[in-house]
Amino acid sequence: MTDAAYTQSGTARADAQDARMAALKGWARSVAIGTLGLGILGALWALGGWYIAQTPGMRAFSQLAPVPTFERLWVMIQRGEIWSMSAPSLYRVGWGLGVAIVIGVPMGILIGRLPWLRDLSNAPFQLLRMISPLSWMPIAVMAFATWDSAIIFLIVVAAVWPIMFATAAGVRRIDPAWLKVSRNLGANPLHQLVYVILPAIAQDILTGIRLALGIAWVVLVPAEYLGVSSGLGFAINDARDSLDYARLGATVLVIGVIGYALDSLCLLAIKRFSWLRSDT
Amino acid sequence: MTAHWTFKTSQPLNAAIALAQTYLPNMPHAAAQGVPTAVRRGAHVQVDGVQHRYPGMAQNCLEHLNFQVESGQIVALVGRSGCGKSTLLHLIAGLMQPGAGGVYIDGNRVRSTCPRWVVMFQAPSLFPWMTVSQNAALGLRFAGRKAEIQRRIPALLEMVGLTAFAERNVQDLSGGQQQRVALARSLATQPDLLLLDEPFSALDAFTRRALQQDVRRIAKDLGLTVVLVTHDITEAAIMADRALIMAPDPGRIVTDTMLDPGPDRHRDSPAFEAERARLATLFEATA
Repeated sequence: MTDAAYTQSGTARADAQDARMAALKGWARSVAIGTLGLGILGALWALGGWYIAQTPGMRAFSQLAPVPTFERLWVMIQRGEIWSMSAPSLYRVGWGLGVAIVIGVPMGILIGRLPWLRDLSNAPFQLLRMISPLSWMPIAVMAFATWDSAIIFLIVVAAVWPIMFATAAGVRRIDPAWLKVSRNLGANPLHQLVYVILPAIAQDILTGIRLALGIAWVVLVPAEYLGVSSGLGFAINDARDSLDYARLGATVLVIGVIGYALDSLCLLAIKRFSWLRSDT
Repeated sequence: MTAHWTFKTSQPLNAAIALAQTYLPNMPHAAAQGVPTAVRRGAHVQVDGVQHRYPGMAQNCLEHLNFQVESGQIVALVGRSGCGKSTLLHLIAGLMQPGAGGVYIDGNRVRSTCPRWVVMFQAPSLFPWMTVSQNAALGLRFAGRKAEIQRRIPALLEMVGLTAFAERNVQDLSGGQQQRVALARSLATQPDLLLLDEPFSALDAFTRRALQQDVRRIAKDLGLTVVLVTHDITEAAIMADRALIMAPDPGRIVTDTMLDPGPDRHRDSPAFEAERARLATLFEATA
């Protein structure tokens, strides 16, 4: 290898090392800021707990403060209660989100591709979208044979809209030249769907799923107030009825942590499937 | 004209010959020795009485178009912006159907797109979620010829000088390199007819000249028929055997002339400059 080549190779190595260092610094900064944010939240929580403990009419709720909550959480982890209360909720959200994806993505593609269908469906879909999912509760209870099915239906009703509209918006943003080029190269409609449309809108679909997951997770707890005897919503209700506020606080914490973890998974998937260089 | 073509021992050209030897049937041995020999018969194009009008327009954008392009010929459609050059190319490609008349390729009426004739557009329109290899292989994938991908794509990428970039994302490439990927993608299905819609107009001058020469070499080596849309007189003189000058309102062909800018088509040669000047004069007089 010549001196020049050695120099070039050394420069490339130095550049790669600089890039790694910059990425590491960025990650460390992000973790530090995130930790600070959680610290502020914890401090506010502790302040609230202290205020409740100092207020005579609210002392019954003092178990909602951080220390009793974390003590109760540790007991629940040791007893395996966390999994037994979370698994039914995750099962319902998984099913609800899955059905919403199966309905929302194809409908979104059709709405994005067919202007007449977009015009036809706009008014009814916007009307349905604005109805609170929980207002379907009585109808869901009457319409479905099992409580689980009714809850899954409520999650579907809540989650389908962001997925459908994000998909449709992604389809409308597809560069028409990609479709023209693919047709020119001999693509049939199935080829265009698999090789052009779906990869082009993958990040839009995942963004819609992320939004839908957030909404589904919020709708889940009140939906589980329905007649079921399992799940995080039931656990909240049960803790309230039995005046076990430390357990109630620990369950709320579990709901937040699982929701945050699911959202982080969606964010990772968006980063994985994003092809825009500015997004990676 | 082909007999006078000077083949330089450039890497892309040698790769093109290697590609032709390896993958095209009945490749004459002469090609391997650098002798210019068309190994495939390019498509014959006939534009017969074509007229076209866009919906909502009062006037035809193309009128009374009648011409033929011989097999293996490179024809430049030259004209000012808005004279209908790109519309005509889209009609030849089957991306649109003419209001009247018809386009025939090897005697068959063009009714839709077909991998036998491919268009290279002004923008390369590569798929940014794919690598260079995946983009180049797309036509073969659509045609269900996946078995050929492993054999053909490396040779094509060598031909366009992008072997080292095969597994890179296309967003990492320069504009000229992206257009080379588009060229490889267009050639992957072994078309008989290459339709070029101002494919180099967005590139810098140096890259544009290099690509103009490379595309002509590759087309001649593979025996392709080429229809090139351009408003650049120099580009037409460098690349084409023949120029059809179009005038607007409605779009029509006003001049049909053969081009002979000298054996090497070198921009600094007197023969090239004289032919370019003749074409420019014709253009100014008629377009």
